[in-house]
Amino acid sequence: MAQNYYTGYWAKDIVTSQEHKEYNTLNVGPTHPATHGVFQNVMLMDGEFIVSTEQTIGYIHRAFEKIAERRPFYQITPLTDRLNYCSSPLNNMGWHMTVEKLLGIETPKRVDYLRIIAMELARIADHLVCNTVIGVDSGALTGFTYLFQDREFIYEIYEEICGSRLTTNMGRIGGFERNFSAKAWDKIRYFLKSYPAHLQEFENLLARNRIFMDRTINVGSFSAERALAYGFTGPNLRACGVDYDVRVMNPYCSYDEFDFIVPIGQSGDTYDRFMVRQEEMKQSIRIIEQALAKLDQMDDKETYFAADPRFVLPPKEKVYNNMEALIWHFKIVMGETDIPAGEVYHSIEAANGELGFYLVSDGGRTPSRLHFRRPCFIYYQAYPEMVTGNMLSDAVITLSSMNVIAGELDA
Amino acid sequence: MYPINPDRDQLVVSKLSNRFGNAIESHEVLSDMLCITVKKESIQSILLFLRDDQELQYNFLTTLCGMHYPEKEQLGVVYHLHSFVNNHRIRIKTVTELNDPKIQTITTIWPAANWMERETYDFYGIEFEGHPNLKRILNMDEMTDFPMRKDFPLEDQTREDKDDSMFGR
Repeated sequence: MAQNYYTGYWAKDIVTSQEHKEYNTLNVGPTHPATHGVFQNVMLMDGEFIVSTEQTIGYIHRAFEKIAERRPFYQITPLTDRLNYCSSPLNNMGWHMTVEKLLGIETPKRVDYLRIIAMELARIADHLVCNTVIGVDSGALTGFTYLFQDREFIYEIYEEICGSRLTTNMGRIGGFERNFSAKAWDKIRYFLKSYPAHLQEFENLLARNRIFMDRTINVGSFSAERALAYGFTGPNLRACGVDYDVRVMNPYCSYDEFDFIVPIGQSGDTYDRFMVRQEEMKQSIRIIEQALAKLDQMDDKETYFAADPRFVLPPKEKVYNNMEALIWHFKIVMGETDIPAGEVYHSIEAANGELGFYLVSDGGRTPSRLHFRRPCFIYYQAYPEMVTGNMLSDAVITLSSMNVIAGELDA
Repeated sequence: MYPINPDRDQLVVSKLSNRFGNAIESHEVLSDMLCITVKKESIQSILLFLRDDQELQYNFLTTLCGMHYPEKEQLGVVYHLHSFVNNHRIRIKTVTELNDPKIQTITTIWPAANWMERETYDFYGIEFEGHPNLKRILNMDEMTDFPMRKDFPLEDQTREDKDDSMFGR
């Protein structure tokens, strides 16, 4: 509950008052510049204060779970791109690792490190968007326009790695489609050098800024107990003070070899969420630096996919010159290689929390059931509880600080 | 891979069997996770027990999703639970008949289940008894089908411009 800065009243006192009040219904969204996505909220307003609100979701539902039941495994990767489209590589890697778990493929260490670099870059890109947008919603556009050059640079790195920018379709089951180019390495190293200074400058603009602190501290706060009951994960849960991070609790992709801190907040308000994401970006930089150091120490510079020919695409040179390789290439891409029957659940720490894939295979060319655990979908339920009693402008900033991505929400 | 812990798997199974007896139908370890099939009549009390038991403490509902088994004419619900204290994950499965798909709600145990159950209802038509607001969530309200059931076609079946046999469908 926020205390009104001007009147000194507690927000809850104002809305629970029994005296006669005239309430207004306010329809926010589904297309509204302040919501940064397709979100509709029907709010019951007492002046500027929110008495109750109900979300309507599903405006960009694309039936990915249904489509996935008809797609061979290779063709599901582009679907995962479109879940959280601010950090597609994370979703891609999570999906590849799920299939690898079902197939029992062990990836080489070098593949793990390359993946970690791609995933942490994606995490930085996602947190960067979220935090700069919190700034925009509190009236500070400068940081947004300033840091977006770094996001653009991350997209250039994606381009060097896989050829595309937003919906990346990065990597393949078992590794990557090609090795990182020399240009990609140059860009990654340049990014590591330039980005921390930009990030620090951005943080200096906001973190101790009186206006920003007044707008964010104690706005949209949430207790750890409620957050756990509501299935929060990721930065939103950590801002409430629970240090649950899939990378640490169930390490995948060799994350257990890396040294990094899991930052937590205390009150779970907008300010804590902002600060947790800031710190996570710095930790991501540390992780990438460690991965680079590990890769430099390796003699092997060429391995970029697992040595399992059943489900890993043969190299292009062989495909063009060798009949068997060509056949295998088509068999894999067209989904004619049967996947063993079984069921697995695998989860990764995506930018918004635990992104899970529950994959059931009956031995055919497609999954018989694929369920995405989308963190946004689960924690967006708590939004009314977080904003009731606050002012409308606080609801907007709370929504951006939760980083609800419409694509992930609706699937 | 999640940490594999046979002792804890055994503990969960024995505790559940002692407490609920016949309601526990079968259990197996699939890949890296213990998977327990239970009767739908006691799903609510089993999940509550798993959450509140001091030794088990499955305090976190990771996810919940529907299933359709057309050959058995059954619908199912799969729950993934996670104990942060013991760092152990389990999967609970239950099934209900297709012609009378009713399962107890678990929104009383975890509020997070609210939208997950609504989504399951939306796509599979499973009715969660006691759910506070069981209506469609992602599809439009006017829809009468349950699109994730296997008999629901992915594409418009009246189309004539596509020959499915060419596409391996």
